[in-house]
Amino acid sequence: MAPKKKTNTEDYLRMYRQMVRIRAFEDNANQLYLSAKMPGLTHMYSGQEAVAVGICEALEDSDKITSTHRGHGHCVAKGAEFKQMFCELLGKEEGYCRGKGGSMHIADQSHGNLGANAIVGGSMGIATGAALSARRLGKKDVTVCFFGDGATAQGLWYEVMNMAALWKLPVIYACENNGYSEYTKTDEIAAGSITARAEAFGIEAHMVDGQDVLAVNDLAQKLVARARKGEGPFFIELKTYRYHGHHVGDINRDYYRSKDEESEWKKVRDPIANFGKWLESEGVVTADELVAINDEIRADAEAAVQYALDAGYPPANEVDMHVFAGVDHALAYV
Amino acid sequence: MTREITLSKAVNEAIAEEMRRDETIFLIGEDVAEAGTPFKVLSGLVEEFGTDRVIDTPIAEPGFMGIAVGAAMTGSRPIVDLMFGDFIFLVMDQLCNQAAKTHYMSGGKLSVPLVLRTNLGATRRSAAQHSQSLHALVAHIPGLKVALPSSAYEAKGLMKTAIRDDNPVVIFEDKLMYNDKAPVPEEEYLIPFGEANVMRQGRDVTLIGTSSMVQVCQKAAEILEKEGISAEVIDPRTIVPLDEETILNSVRKTSRAIVVDEGHQNFGITGEIASRISEKAFYHLDAPVQRMGAMDVPVPFSPALEDITVPTPEGVADRARLICRGELVHAA
Ligand SMILES: Cc1ncc(C[n+]2csc(CCOP(=O)(O)OP(=O)(O)O)c2C)c(N)n1
Ligand SMILES: [Mg+2]
Repeated sequence: MAPKKKTNTEDYLRMYRQMVRIRAFEDNANQLYLSAKMPGLTHMYSGQEAVAVGICEALEDSDKITSTHRGHGHCVAKGAEFKQMFCELLGKEEGYCRGKGGSMHIADQSHGNLGANAIVGGSMGIATGAALSARRLGKKDVTVCFFGDGATAQGLWYEVMNMAALWKLPVIYACENNGYSEYTKTDEIAAGSITARAEAFGIEAHMVDGQDVLAVNDLAQKLVARARKGEGPFFIELKTYRYHGHHVGDINRDYYRSKDEESEWKKVRDPIANFGKWLESEGVVTADELVAINDEIRADAEAAVQYALDAGYPPANEVDMHVFAGVDHALAYV
Repeated sequence: MTREITLSKAVNEAIAEEMRRDETIFLIGEDVAEAGTPFKVLSGLVEEFGTDRVIDTPIAEPGFMGIAVGAAMTGSRPIVDLMFGDFIFLVMDQLCNQAAKTHYMSGGKLSVPLVLRTNLGATRRSAAQHSQSLHALVAHIPGLKVALPSSAYEAKGLMKTAIRDDNPVVIFEDKLMYNDKAPVPEEEYLIPFGEANVMRQGRDVTLIGTSSMVQVCQKAAEILEKEGISAEVIDPRTIVPLDEETILNSVRKTSRAIVVDEGHQNFGITGEIASRISEKAFYHLDAPVQRMGAMDVPVPFSPALEDITVPTPEGVADRARLICRGELVHAA
């Protein structure tokens, strides 16, 4: 299968739109938290949009991804709709996980998203297993395992990389290095080089600017195509930045991250603004058209928020459904 | 002198006092130093004790748990901070195959004086991987002691005892209680393991509650009192060791018991305590001993579902009414 080529206007605009959709989703999610309309906490993906979009735009619907606690971006990028996402965020019946998962487990399973995960590194085995399964079943699917820089400390990663390399599995480990794990700088918790760790298993490793959607997408297309041919696994370290705190409640964070650093990234390295400027300079769109895209997506998101706020909670009798496959109600079974 | 402090502050004080007393104690875990943990329980400790004794780790739970076990076997007294009780699954081998068995396997020659402090409790809208109450899992393993503080007072006294114990001790704090205040003496005190606290005297039914469920039992007792049912409330404070005597004496008096715990009901703490009562006070019972645990489902995110998975004061009072009036046909 030839890789999709992102060389035409339509594909560029789709990437732009997808990044704006993630940002719009997150801004609304943050607002829901601040106005106490969202149960619990959530981890914002804002700032990292080019990673999820650049990679997922190189994937087919049947390709798989595994996501993280910071998973809204991956979910949108892999094809999810706002309505079911906001419903999930608010614990409503129409959410992708029927309200059982919430922010940290949000996923549109029908587009190959095997789940967001609240255990750091918890999806590394799952992604590798999906790749093994695709190969065994004669499918051409590739799996991308998203995780953060902090997750590289988990031993599980080294176990599965070893097996993925031994068995040449079609899996791509995508490390979103946003410089922090919770309230700690990556430099303080990661010894040596992260790419060298993958290389130690004979895995081809790449580093890419995670704020540049075209660079990410270009690399992803090549690696996905090669993984499909059995040349995997691969590792990508994507340098990126999260704009918000570790979670929405992490407001006073000067003690571990300066305001100057934050505003520098937002001003100079914003993946959406920079791509928009590039599209303009290449004559792909006008400034007015970009504004119109933004407005339309914002309106969409707001309508979906309202829809989700008005939507119903799951009925109480769902509480013991879906515990076991093939069992309607677990309490009557166990 | 007694003042009111939060559970969080109580834990912090206990650790600080013990660290001042004994230089071999150190703290290890994720974001324990400058951040003082996400719940801010350990704030200020790194400023006093330095990064040598308050050690931030990478997100490598089995790794730092194993390091703590080795350090404990060789003269240190580590306090391991596990951010969420749910992560205990990641450290199970080091905790249960290594720490718990070393003293036994070495014929008593080696010991593992460490504390694993972590938490339990649902209804924080954190979904299935950040809401579990997993103390039954470790209570099942011989060689591990398990403490379940139910207020700031217990949290401080039990923590100090845990730190001085020569065995691996796992302490589960209720994460919803970190900001709850309770009277705590300024003078030093320790709470011995295996001594239950009779929180309230009663005649008709014994409510045995652990951790987060102590308050639930207390509130249930208040509801019942208005209806003329007199409930005794007991907090075991540690489940390994378990103060059987206090529980049995109470049940011999009241003839009825309900055990309430936030772990899953099946194969859990409630079943263990209920069966000890049935074995040892059977002829004093007027009704089958009741178990009330968390519903046997993963903790759902949606508030509409999550709230019905955990025992409530009304639910406990309902059950008490049934057994006190002899209306219980069969246990729900
Ligand atoms: C096994 C495990 N340990 C600790 C945590 C708590 N925790 C949640 S997110 C996080 C930091 C993750 O950092 P990183 O992997 O870099 O992802 P980022 O948050 O930066 O996207 C931690 C420590 C967890 N959820 N799971
Ligand atoms: Mg990170």
